[in-house]
Amino acid sequence: MFDKILIANRGEIACRIIKTARRMGIKTVAVYSEADRDALHVEMADEAVPIGPAPAAESYLVIDKIIDACLKTGAQAVHPGYGFLSEREAFAKALAAAGIVFIGPNPHAIAAMGDKIESKKAASAAGVSTVPGYLGVIETPAHAVKIADDIGYPVMIKASAGGGGKGMRIAYSSDEVAEGFARATSEAANSFGDDRVFVEKFITDPRHIEIQVLGDKHGNVIYLGERECSIQRRNQKVIEEAPSPLLDEATRRIMGEQAVALAKAVGYDSAGTVEFVAGQDRSFFFLEMNTRLQVEHPVTEMITGIDLVEEMIRVAAGEKLRLTQADVKLNGWAVESRIYAEDPVRGFLPSTGRLVTYRPPQEGETGGVSVRNDTGVFEGGEISIYYDPMIAKLVTHAPTRSEAIAAQAEALDAFAIEGIRHNIPFLSAIMQNSRWREGALSTGFIAEEFADGFKTIQPEGDVAIRMIAVAAAIDHLQNERKRAISGQMRTPAALAFERDRVVMLAREPHPVRVDDADEGIAVVIDDTILPVVSRWVPGQPVWTGRVGDHSIAVQVRPLPNGFLLSHAGAVSEARVYTRREAELASLMPEKQVADTGKVLLCPMPGLVKAILVKVGQEVKVGEPLCMVEAMKMENVLRAERDGTIAKINAKEGDSLAVDAVIMEFS
Amino acid sequence: MKDMLERLEDRRAEARLGGGEARIAAQHGRGKLTARERIELLLDHGSFEEFDMFVEHRSTDFGMEKSKIPGDGVVTGWGTVNGRTVFVFAKDFTVFGGSLSEAHANKIMKIQDMALRMRAPIVGLFDAGGARIQEGVAALGGYGEVFKRNVIASGVIPQISVIMGPCAGGDVYSPAMTDFIFMVRDRSYMFVTGPEVVRTVTNETVTSEELGGARVHTTKSSVADGAFDNDVEALLQVRRLIDFLPANNLEGVPELPSFDDPGRVDASLDTLVPDNPNKPYDMKELILKIVDEGDFFEIQEAFARNIITGFCRVEGRTVGIVANQPMVLAGVLDSDASRKAARFIRFCDAFNIPIVTFEDVPGFLPGTAQEYGGLIKHGAKLLFAYAEATVPLVTIITRKAFGGAYDVMASKHVGGDVNYAWPTAQIAVMGAKGAVEIIFRADIGDADKIAARTKEYEDRFMSPFVAAERGYIDEVIMPHSTRRRIARALAMLRTKEVERPWKKHDNIPL
Repeated sequence: MFDKILIANRGEIACRIIKTARRMGIKTVAVYSEADRDALHVEMADEAVPIGPAPAAESYLVIDKIIDACLKTGAQAVHPGYGFLSEREAFAKALAAAGIVFIGPNPHAIAAMGDKIESKKAASAAGVSTVPGYLGVIETPAHAVKIADDIGYPVMIKASAGGGGKGMRIAYSSDEVAEGFARATSEAANSFGDDRVFVEKFITDPRHIEIQVLGDKHGNVIYLGERECSIQRRNQKVIEEAPSPLLDEATRRIMGEQAVALAKAVGYDSAGTVEFVAGQDRSFFFLEMNTRLQVEHPVTEMITGIDLVEEMIRVAAGEKLRLTQADVKLNGWAVESRIYAEDPVRGFLPSTGRLVTYRPPQEGETGGVSVRNDTGVFEGGEISIYYDPMIAKLVTHAPTRSEAIAAQAEALDAFAIEGIRHNIPFLSAIMQNSRWREGALSTGFIAEEFADGFKTIQPEGDVAIRMIAVAAAIDHLQNERKRAISGQMRTPAALAFERDRVVMLAREPHPVRVDDADEGIAVVIDDTILPVVSRWVPGQPVWTGRVGDHSIAVQVRPLPNGFLLSHAGAVSEARVYTRREAELASLMPEKQVADTGKVLLCPMPGLVKAILVKVGQEVKVGEPLCMVEAMKMENVLRAERDGTIAKINAKEGDSLAVDAVIMEFS
Repeated sequence: MKDMLERLEDRRAEARLGGGEARIAAQHGRGKLTARERIELLLDHGSFEEFDMFVEHRSTDFGMEKSKIPGDGVVTGWGTVNGRTVFVFAKDFTVFGGSLSEAHANKIMKIQDMALRMRAPIVGLFDAGGARIQEGVAALGGYGEVFKRNVIASGVIPQISVIMGPCAGGDVYSPAMTDFIFMVRDRSYMFVTGPEVVRTVTNETVTSEELGGARVHTTKSSVADGAFDNDVEALLQVRRLIDFLPANNLEGVPELPSFDDPGRVDASLDTLVPDNPNKPYDMKELILKIVDEGDFFEIQEAFARNIITGFCRVEGRTVGIVANQPMVLAGVLDSDASRKAARFIRFCDAFNIPIVTFEDVPGFLPGTAQEYGGLIKHGAKLLFAYAEATVPLVTIITRKAFGGAYDVMASKHVGGDVNYAWPTAQIAVMGAKGAVEIIFRADIGDADKIAARTKEYEDRFMSPFVAAERGYIDEVIMPHSTRRRIARALAMLRTKEVERPWKKHDNIPL
């Protein structure tokens, strides 16, 4: 076994690998760019080596710098994590040349699976179910149309070298194929420097299901069940789970065996993932093989009890697999949410900056339910503009899917992040979504369920009742404390507060009564008596406790005379009044909120690159209005409704603050 | 007997109706509450004791003898805010537009006198049309009496004014002499002369809102200390403020049981100050993380935002915070910031509220605008305020403490009791670049030499240690332990006593 390994990565995955290495008694070396000097992975590792400027191309992606760091520190092996150099054949080869072990598959396997067309051929040869399509080089649009006609519509046109959703097109007719082919070719050339594209059958309502495989250098390969990653936004996975609600035991076994066959065919000798696209009828077709540890590997770890990083290190050191296929048992259900620094109500624009508050939920197991949070940040840390904006991967595991989802929802509620925008409200909303809860998934889930984008949800039903009870409990606690202020008049009776109160939630009045109970208090709402017990005290960002029979978590942020509560995806202001205060408050006019429909606001601090319209011009919904560069990214701002441009307040080169009015409509 | 009791009830009912139901409805229609409704919100439920409900004016000019309404346009009395005595007067817009008559002024004076005798805070709620023209000089006399009482009570009891409607002419000067003015957005305005007079005299066309709305007075003129969205929010926030304030200048700060551990460590503060000295950070994050339960009542939030002032608690006891804000103009001291902080410090000192200063200041703002505007005198106000303060002064230097601004911001030399610095502190006459260009003027042409000198200067002076070596800093502390350090310092300073030579009063550079 190795004495010391280097982790050629950053963020949560570097931290996660360090944890396993430390448990195995292996010393760790971190590498870091200038932007990561104070990063968590640097803090956690035994040693850390600086490898250059913030841009990854000048640090984390420079093979020589990683090898130098190994030589300097005496690291015997390198774990690449995911992304960066993890799937670069050249990296694996360079390490081998320097006498350093690559904790991952051999270069041959990486190369064989790296090319979409080549990997498909290999899969086909290994007897893996593949999507009907044409794997050769397509020269002309006419050729593409002929192939599409043979396969049957709809078809997908995709860049050979592409990843994610780039350069992908769906065509429903021969005309669309001809047009799509031309576009996909030029896009592929621009994006990847490789204009080859291929055509294959398009699966309607597809699901993304992948098989985790694990091989050693002795020819053994096993599979560790599947993960379903159908909840994607623009081809980026958002929520993953294991097992898949779609598969039955027989399909699982066939898919697993095919994945193993492919791995064996290419001499695969590490952890890897064979991705499939699956139809609702459980038909499945090979998509690609990822020759690295996947972001979503924790869900597999939770249901198998196997530490994939440990197994990768062991097989890299030449050990034989400790497990046979028969040893692999799937236990319970695991759900993972990817928490990103992005603003779901502003079209998921990235958000960077200081993590003023970062309090993840308590990790660990209670009553068969586990919470795990893989993260690379800390309170007071920075979400930098240079790297992936992922803050954490929150994983819950429970005996059943519905329990795992309930645990995930509660863990999300208890996750406090301030200082930057994040997607927890969106993730929480998905956890409440009935289609998700039923497991009726497809990769179009988010586009279909959130067709108009994500909007903050108003509390309703049980969620509203719980928020009302929590608001009343918070108010009661504060009132009880005010009774104890010094310097009060000597009155015969101690200052008493009225127990009949009105909770204004989402601007609706809800009369409640707060009574003492044996433990905590009882909040009476419409004749329902809800016992409320909590150890929360003012100043804490998350209220946790029991409301009725439920143990819940609610985010609490102070507002003038009230607080902002978030729970189960719903967000609402809450104000607690006496009956009389509520009566008088009802006489107050509704505050006029500036009509943002008539103005285009700058969604984030940035530089105006181009104004694409003129005063007096009529614009249709969706039409581009202006381009703002922020975080080194050009963002096109589009019209949200039809209208005429009345006034333009910004010009090219202006540097704008968030919510600055760029233009006004008449 | 029973008749007499019933007659009392009838007269009370009549008085409580003020200007009558139609006017009350009109008041509600304007999005405003009546004087008595406002008092109900301000005071603890059922605690209001009204005085002078039946007072009427004695004017006989212009047919006024035929027009009398009990209460005469102002509701006065006392009650409690969370059990603590507070005196209150509220202008009743439904009665003669709340205008001030001799009788009306007498009611206010009575309450002012009682508040002062009882050493309890007084709150005035304004929504009125100025002097009652029909009474002429009698009304002006009334104003004068009220003003004089404001001044006598100043520094003895807290005086708070809430502007909830029009407030013009003579009416503005009583609030102006109180400790705090709050306004209700879109519903209130304050000016000495209204838009009509402005138009006649200066030909300026301006609306009431533009001339004296909440926005103007909280951002431009600094007349008001805060603004709220409506009557309910404003009055509940005044209750919150009163919980922070001592009843008078002898009683000391109120104490509230705290849920927050004074020893609480906050590791995230260790990364608050960025590596790059030119990068700003939000001083409010530090304040919110240091104070009890993150509860901070900011004063003049929207004005001179390069300095932050407000009330918080540490170990349940009120503390005044003064902090440079690097996010705005790099936290520089200018005339506005100096005046804002000076006034706040003097309030705290008058009422025995300890002051904690968080310092990150690059100096005073250069330029003709500032110098012509009297920066010397305004800056001197801040210096004066700190130097004359006898309350406990705890200072934490987080980053820059440059030049004269270092001295001004509650340095040891002007009276700081406990002065701490973070390891990131830079206590120096000026930044390294400027200093080197003066000291080594001869080397200016030689970039390498200048770079070497700059490095030398940075190593020597851009730290807290030169000051610490001289005892100007009591200790260099870890950012994460700031709350504990402040809490311990304030606890130790509770018994602070300072003797000053007798004087009639000082002569602060106004």
